[in-house]
Amino acid sequence: MESLIGLLVAAPLLGAAVLLCGGRRLDRTGHWLGTGLAFTSFVLGLVLFADMLGKDGEERALHSHLFTWIPVEGFQADAAFQLDQLSMTFVLLITGVGSLIHVYSVGYMEHDERRRRFFGYLNLFLAAMLLLVLADNFLLLYVGWEGVGLASYLLIGFWQHKPSAATAAKKAFIVNRVGDVGLSIAIMLMFVTFGTFAFEPVMNSVGETGEGKLTAIGLMLLLAACGKSAQVPLQSWLGDAMEGPTPVSALIHAATMVTAGVYLIVRSGAIFDAAPDAQLVVTIVGAVTLLFGAIVGCAKDDIKKALAGSTMSQIGYMILAAGLGPIGYAFAIMHLVTHGFFKAGLFLGAGSVMHGMNDEVDMRKYGGLRKYMPVTFVTFGLGYLAIIGFPGLSGFFSKDLIIEAAFAKGGTQGWILGGAALLGAALTAYYMTRVMLMTFFGEKRWEADAKGDMPHPHESPKTMTIPMIVLAIGSVGAGAFFDIGERFVHWLEPVTGFEHGHLPDGLSVPMVTGATVACMVLGVAAAWLQYGRRPVPAAAPRGSLLTRAARRDLLQDDFNHVALVKPGEYLTRGLVYLDHKLVDGIVNGTAAAFGGLSARMRRVQNGYARSYAVSMFGGAVVLIAATLLMRAV
Amino acid sequence: MSRGVHSLWMAQDGIDKIKAPHIEYDLLAPTLIVIGAAVLGVAIEAFVPRRHRYTAQVGLAVLAMAGAFGAVIALAVSGKGTDEAQIAAMGALAVDGPALFLQGVILLVGVLAVFTFAERRLDPVAHGKQVDSFAAEAAAVPGGKAEQAAVKAGFTTTEVFPLLMFATGGMLIFPAANDLLTLFIALEVFSLPLYLLCAVARRKRLMSQEAAVKYFLLGAFSSAFLLFGIALLYGYSGSVRYAEIADVVAGNPQKMTPALADTMGNDALLLIGGAMVLLGLLFKVGAVPFHMWTPDVYQGAPTPVTGYMAAATKVAAFGALLRLLYVVLPGLKWDWRPVMWGVAIVTMVIGAILAITQTDVKRLLAYSSIAHAGFILAGVTAANEEGISSVLFYLAAYAFVTLGAFSVVTLVRDAGGEATHLSKWAGLGRRSPLVAAVFAVFLLAMAGIPLTSGFAGKFAVFKAAAEGGATPLVVVGVIASAIAAFFYVRVIVLMFFSEPRPEGPAVTVPSAFTVTAIAVGLAATLVLGVAPQYFLDLAGNAGVFVR
Repeated sequence: MESLIGLLVAAPLLGAAVLLCGGRRLDRTGHWLGTGLAFTSFVLGLVLFADMLGKDGEERALHSHLFTWIPVEGFQADAAFQLDQLSMTFVLLITGVGSLIHVYSVGYMEHDERRRRFFGYLNLFLAAMLLLVLADNFLLLYVGWEGVGLASYLLIGFWQHKPSAATAAKKAFIVNRVGDVGLSIAIMLMFVTFGTFAFEPVMNSVGETGEGKLTAIGLMLLLAACGKSAQVPLQSWLGDAMEGPTPVSALIHAATMVTAGVYLIVRSGAIFDAAPDAQLVVTIVGAVTLLFGAIVGCAKDDIKKALAGSTMSQIGYMILAAGLGPIGYAFAIMHLVTHGFFKAGLFLGAGSVMHGMNDEVDMRKYGGLRKYMPVTFVTFGLGYLAIIGFPGLSGFFSKDLIIEAAFAKGGTQGWILGGAALLGAALTAYYMTRVMLMTFFGEKRWEADAKGDMPHPHESPKTMTIPMIVLAIGSVGAGAFFDIGERFVHWLEPVTGFEHGHLPDGLSVPMVTGATVACMVLGVAAAWLQYGRRPVPAAAPRGSLLTRAARRDLLQDDFNHVALVKPGEYLTRGLVYLDHKLVDGIVNGTAAAFGGLSARMRRVQNGYARSYAVSMFGGAVVLIAATLLMRAV
Repeated sequence: MSRGVHSLWMAQDGIDKIKAPHIEYDLLAPTLIVIGAAVLGVAIEAFVPRRHRYTAQVGLAVLAMAGAFGAVIALAVSGKGTDEAQIAAMGALAVDGPALFLQGVILLVGVLAVFTFAERRLDPVAHGKQVDSFAAEAAAVPGGKAEQAAVKAGFTTTEVFPLLMFATGGMLIFPAANDLLTLFIALEVFSLPLYLLCAVARRKRLMSQEAAVKYFLLGAFSSAFLLFGIALLYGYSGSVRYAEIADVVAGNPQKMTPALADTMGNDALLLIGGAMVLLGLLFKVGAVPFHMWTPDVYQGAPTPVTGYMAAATKVAAFGALLRLLYVVLPGLKWDWRPVMWGVAIVTMVIGAILAITQTDVKRLLAYSSIAHAGFILAGVTAANEEGISSVLFYLAAYAFVTLGAFSVVTLVRDAGGEATHLSKWAGLGRRSPLVAAVFAVFLLAMAGIPLTSGFAGKFAVFKAAAEGGATPLVVVGVIASAIAAFFYVRVIVLMFFSEPRPEGPAVTVPSAFTVTAIAVGLAATLVLGVAPQYFLDLAGNAGVFVR
């Protein structure tokens, strides 16, 4: 069984290599090759999963040592895999959703002449992401971490002919670098502190290490998580990343890659458990981001950017839960999985809408689409109900558990975090209802595109609708399936540990659930009052100060510009000035000095044999004198 | 008179009979083959009809060089370079590792030189005959009627091939010479043909003749120093044999010569004589301040001759210098090392600095060769085994780079023949990317960029010098390398990043001869650069002198 783990990564990697190096021969069949290899990985994952279910909880983890990567005295890095319940969850999510999105892309990218390359990148992403979650040490994880970053960069900028896409790709890459530096520093700190960076020895020796060091490692890991998972303060790239093709947004920037930060924190749980300060910062980052993303999502008219705000917000929930320690880890991962279903479904739905609307993304130019795209409407609707936490659907279970856990942290912190999570639930209901109403209900507000063609909305082909249907089923049922009998918690417990949280006095589980549902209803109602009851204006109204700020992503880019870009530019200019004046001055001065010296000295070379002979004679005298002098000294 | 001769032969007592010298023909085979072929070449000039001479001379020269090279390999394989190294020809010549290694290099360079000499496709066809780089009739006055007639008749100077072989023969003896007189004879044997060869350019004949005269005058001047030094050393030691002089230097003379009782063991004679012999060799390697002939002669001589001279002379002369310092004067190490330090430093620095302002590619390469002499001297001063082997390696690397570079220079031509002014090379990379790229590789090798032989060689000599305690020398060497890199790279920039001039020169497509020479040079440069270890080991095994 262990040997299958390597194949899991190898299959999509092979696909990437073949598709990217194969050339035009594969243009007509390459996408099916890529899809087939993604499914191969999925099937391998299922086989391993079945095998895992046949064992007891504590004995389910598999280890596979491939080779010793860096064998140096005092520094050993292995290329080794570890497949436990946590990795397994990710493997199934990545390969399952990944395969569906491969199928969807076959339809979505049908008219793109670089489709083969697109599938090559998708396979590359799968391989890197699987490497990330299967690595048994932080260094190999880092390889996967950078690999998904590369794939993300390539795919965001896939339509590189659009300057906005190229810029967005660059932005994502650069912002992610900041987080990546955090991860590399964390790994170095680990090596210095523990002498290794394999998961097991690190986690086992946490007890013997000072809290200060653990806090430092934890904060660096959090920085890494913030970059990859678009958490405040490194959130700015996710909205722009929607420039990529929609399947990419669904797979990478909703379901899988952006959740890598959550994985990292849950995987390093032992470190955070021993460093409460770092843990507190994690919860604060989660709470701030879940509100930040939700507020941004409320104001966006671009359907994908609204969903991107939502993604940010939902990952905020996961980070918040991961920061709560053993009472939250399992819920973080559970929400991650259910979110994977419904958010991927929502993005695919948005892609389907765009497909029918001449690639229009402005929701103010949609309206009344439910009649024209029934399958999209129903699947999108189910995803919508799941994300707002409609009782009985996936999001209801997973989100409610996180809100309860946040209150269960206890004390003032618990109240603040729980309150933020509740407010987030209301906002989620508001912005998602807004998206739903503006897109599928109300009047038609369609406009001709740049070429003057009016949109003719139609249902998308089967390759696109089938994945949407499958994901909708997951959106509906996954939560209940996981939650009944605490199935998911028991599944993860051997890896992440679990403790029941205790709500503070005066609160009970039904009260929190009731409050969550009430918040949801409030949010829906507010949105209906604003967008359902009266027509949606085709041009965005000016809006309040908060709305305008939210449209500008709560001034994140303005802040970065003033706080980072400008000082950076001044620093660069200063260094360039120094380089020109001082460094070049020395270099050019030296060159000029030697040039001048050379010009003077060459005059000795005057072409007369007699003066050459004199110089030889002089040389001979000096040579002999020097030899004699050496003896005399 | 007849009675005197008779008595010499008839006398049984009092006078020892002169013994017939014992010659190990097999050990001397490389040299004998080349010199024999040279003599045969003279006979060809006398007896073979003019129209067949070119073919006969080229064939003979190639065969002779190849045969001699085969003999060198055979000697090396039979262990003469290592365990069975010995002194031959009554003590006149050494057959040991350094000698065989350098003879091999000289012969390879010699074969390639024959190729470049034999090139007849570069010069435009004159009066229906293909001609080479050499004058129609070297003895005719430039611009005179005799010359015009010779040109019209389509004559060529096929004498260059025997001259080349005589020079090569001398060079084969030079690094193997084991006594001072053999050293001197070998020096003259290879110098005189070179003086002549410098004078026989087909174009720019006055410049060529001027170069030859300068070379001859200054060469004679330095020979005088050398000869005087030999005399002083004889006065000091009573012998011209390297081993015997070394014994006297070491303080344990094997025999006393009564006639020299006053002078033997006089250190002033030793120091002055040693310095003068060194001077003669430093002149040949082109070390500062005995370098001044180099740019003028390199520029004036026909380019194939320049390439041969720059490559082979340096190899032979450094071989002789090594043997002198390591076999004759090791006891004097503390005296000659500081002086050689000084010479190495000024040679590196002045060679590099003067090259900066050169505008002629041949002069540029001349100054480059001076700087290289400095780098090699740095290895020579190491005074250890590694010093020997690193110098041997450097010489092999340098010889192929230099010959290759000068061969490329012969290709770039305009109406006036070779276009050697650097400004004319602007934009060459756009017109003839292949030729420019090959030249760029040679330049990078000279600059000592990794993956070329120049880097491996420079690394080896600097390492040896540092281990021999000459760290300051290495520092100066690295700085000089940095200065030198400037003008090498400048040429590359000129070739690839400047606009071509409309009336600029074109690259003439050569025959297989020159192509082979350049290709071998390039291959050696890259192989010695990418995988130097085998050859470093070879030089390391060859790095022991026999006494």
